[in-house]
Amino acid sequence: MIPEALALSAVLFTIGTIGVLTRRNAIVIFMCVELMLNAVNLTFVALSRMYGVTGQVFVVFVMTVAAAEAAVGLAIIIAIFRHGQSVNLKNINLLKG
Amino acid sequence: MLLPGVPVQEAAGAAHPLAGTVADLVWLVPVLPFIGFLVNGMLSLLPATHMGPADPAAAGHDHGHAGEGDADYGHDDHHVARHPYHRIVSLVGPAVLGIAFALTVGIFFALSGAHAEEPFVRTLFPWLVTGDLHLNAALQVDQLSIVMTLVVTGVGFLIHVFSVGYMQDDPGYPRYFAYLNLFVFFMLVLVLGASYPVLFVGWEGVGLCSYLLIGYWYSDKANADAGKKAFVMNRIGDFGFLVAMFLLFANLGVLDFVGVSGRAAELGEGSAVITAVGLFFFLGCAGKSAQIPLYTWLPDAMAGPTPVSALIHAATMVTAGVYLVARSSAIFALAPVASLTVALVGAITALFAATIGLKQWDIKKVLAYSTVSQLGYMFIGVGVGAYAAGVFHLVTHAFFKALLFLGSGSVIFAMHRAYHHTGSHADAQDMRNMGGLRKYLPWTFGLMWVATLAIAGIPPLSGFFSKDEILASVFARRSHSTLAEASLLGIPGSVLLTFIYVIGLAAALLTAIYMTRMMLYTFHGPNRSGDAERQELREAPWVMTGPLVVLGVLSAVGGYLNFPAFFGSVGQKLHHWLEPVTGASALHITHGEEAHLAVGTELALIGLAVLIALGGMAYAYARLKPAALVPKAQSPESTGIERLLEHKYYVDEAYDRAIVKPVVGLSRRVLWRGLDAGVIDGLLVNGSGFLMRGLGWVGARLQSGQVGTYAWVLVIGVLAVLGAFSLT
Repeated sequence: MIPEALALSAVLFTIGTIGVLTRRNAIVIFMCVELMLNAVNLTFVALSRMYGVTGQVFVVFVMTVAAAEAAVGLAIIIAIFRHGQSVNLKNINLLKG
Repeated sequence: MLLPGVPVQEAAGAAHPLAGTVADLVWLVPVLPFIGFLVNGMLSLLPATHMGPADPAAAGHDHGHAGEGDADYGHDDHHVARHPYHRIVSLVGPAVLGIAFALTVGIFFALSGAHAEEPFVRTLFPWLVTGDLHLNAALQVDQLSIVMTLVVTGVGFLIHVFSVGYMQDDPGYPRYFAYLNLFVFFMLVLVLGASYPVLFVGWEGVGLCSYLLIGYWYSDKANADAGKKAFVMNRIGDFGFLVAMFLLFANLGVLDFVGVSGRAAELGEGSAVITAVGLFFFLGCAGKSAQIPLYTWLPDAMAGPTPVSALIHAATMVTAGVYLVARSSAIFALAPVASLTVALVGAITALFAATIGLKQWDIKKVLAYSTVSQLGYMFIGVGVGAYAAGVFHLVTHAFFKALLFLGSGSVIFAMHRAYHHTGSHADAQDMRNMGGLRKYLPWTFGLMWVATLAIAGIPPLSGFFSKDEILASVFARRSHSTLAEASLLGIPGSVLLTFIYVIGLAAALLTAIYMTRMMLYTFHGPNRSGDAERQELREAPWVMTGPLVVLGVLSAVGGYLNFPAFFGSVGQKLHHWLEPVTGASALHITHGEEAHLAVGTELALIGLAVLIALGGMAYAYARLKPAALVPKAQSPESTGIERLLEHKYYVDEAYDRAIVKPVVGLSRRVLWRGLDAGVIDGLLVNGSGFLMRGLGWVGARLQSGQVGTYAWVLVIGVLAVLGAFSLT
């Protein structure tokens, strides 16, 4: 049971990573990050069968943080959109050296 | 090779007969001038309400023409703006010297009453204690140091008094006395120090004060350059001094005089080490005492005020080298090659400088070359192991040369005042502008003749006895002495000593000629200063003439200190006085016997020397016609050998070509443009800036502002780290 869960989690994490690396839309990238987080959550849950409930406690923490992050992150994206009428990362390079 | 450190000067404990006497106060002798320095130095820093002449531009204006002797800043004697602290400085400056002299006289009597064979060492505080070196700041009272201290404080006091008159209207009056007091302090540290490092402190200190006082009128670049030249040439000598001290410490482990003279024999007679120590010490002496090849700074040092020339560059500082050789007699007595070198260099310098003195027109330059020549004489004396004779000539020379310099100061003072009065810019120091001053400066005239006869070696004046003592010593050591048996550069010592004796006689002849020439041109014949100026020529005030009189008496009777041996019980006083310090070394050179000549031989030598001196004076009197001279401005260029002598053999020019120009060129091209501007500024300073800018450029390119790029880099980094971990 565990190896399958870990394999699924690896697939999900890879999909999320590729999404972050390849997509240009901030919202999509944001969703891919959520996917990566949840892939990790799946790993935690799966491994908690072996190592006790600590992993499940971690999952609760991760979901809490992800929720907070979603609130802040979406707010930033809205602010950026208002600033430049775009959420395309190509146009967002204020920190260019 | 290091021997265990020997406790310094344990021997001179409370048991010394001088302990508990006035000699315990010996530290006060140098401290008094130092107090004078502090007082005058502070006064010179206080804001003066009205300094200098009414027209400040006039002060700087005058320097350029006379070069020196700007004693008279006021427009006339009744309308001068003296320094506001003039009175207190005039009191403090000479007074500290007077008290120090009185104290020294007290110590002298205590010493002569105690018959102390061992030096009295007064330890003040531990100074350098590190590893094997235990060095105290200690002063040493013995027969040699007390003679030097008497000369320094006594002649120094007279010159300070003279300065009160000579410098009275100088705007830097307190600064002048501060420097002069500081000089005396360092000079006393030099002669009283109980070890080579303490002596070296004084040695460097007098060099500093010499520099400060040569460049006293620093607004004229020539004066500042002369000070710099003296300072740099002395550094060459100081290098030798330091190396000699290092050699002593490395081989003996002691640096105090008692320890070194007690253990010098451990180095081995005539060994390479002791010869090297002697030669390196002599390099130091050659710098400080202006011997070939380092003599050229002394004539230039005449840029300072004339009393400074008298005190520092004639009577005291330049004789420090002679003192050092006498002080190190234990070393030189065991190093015949070094001793012969000292005597030979002294002899050559004596003759060489005397020839230059023949054709100088500046009255102070004549005296400067005369000083170099007489210093050469002193080195002949201490070089052949006649340490008492060398010190004797040092003392008498201090008397008559100080008198000559102060007399020339008096002449320059009168000339300068006369020129100042008429607004003329003629050279107040050129003898072609003088002449016939006998009528206007009778006291100076008479006293300078006394000094001239003394330096020329006319009996019974002091210079006759001291010079004769040196020449007789050389003559006596031609056989049956360690020097005669040694050889230098393959030439046997006896031949060299004969050569030195002949050179000494030749230098004596030239001395008589150039001194007579100076006197004839300055005081005899018609006056060439100009009709308006002539009305203004008059004797200096008594504060200046008084010291001249005292020095005149000393120059006349100074020979009393050390009559020749055949005088019986009144003879050889200084010789016997110095026996506890230098006697053993002198005896070592002459194989344990006093080097006395037969009375007949000695009388014959004296007769020859007097004949030569009189002959020189007669020749000068017959050949030189002061009436034929014309003022400097109308003088024709000289030719041939005269021109060579007038230009001092072009030695300065040769040094300039051979050393100064290459060094300046090297500094400019390699050190400045190559090393400083190229490597340090270009490569290191600007180079590192350039490198940082390049790195910054690369860093800026990395910061694209594209989150996607960052994410890629992040992922690649994570993969690399993971890969690295999985590989191990």
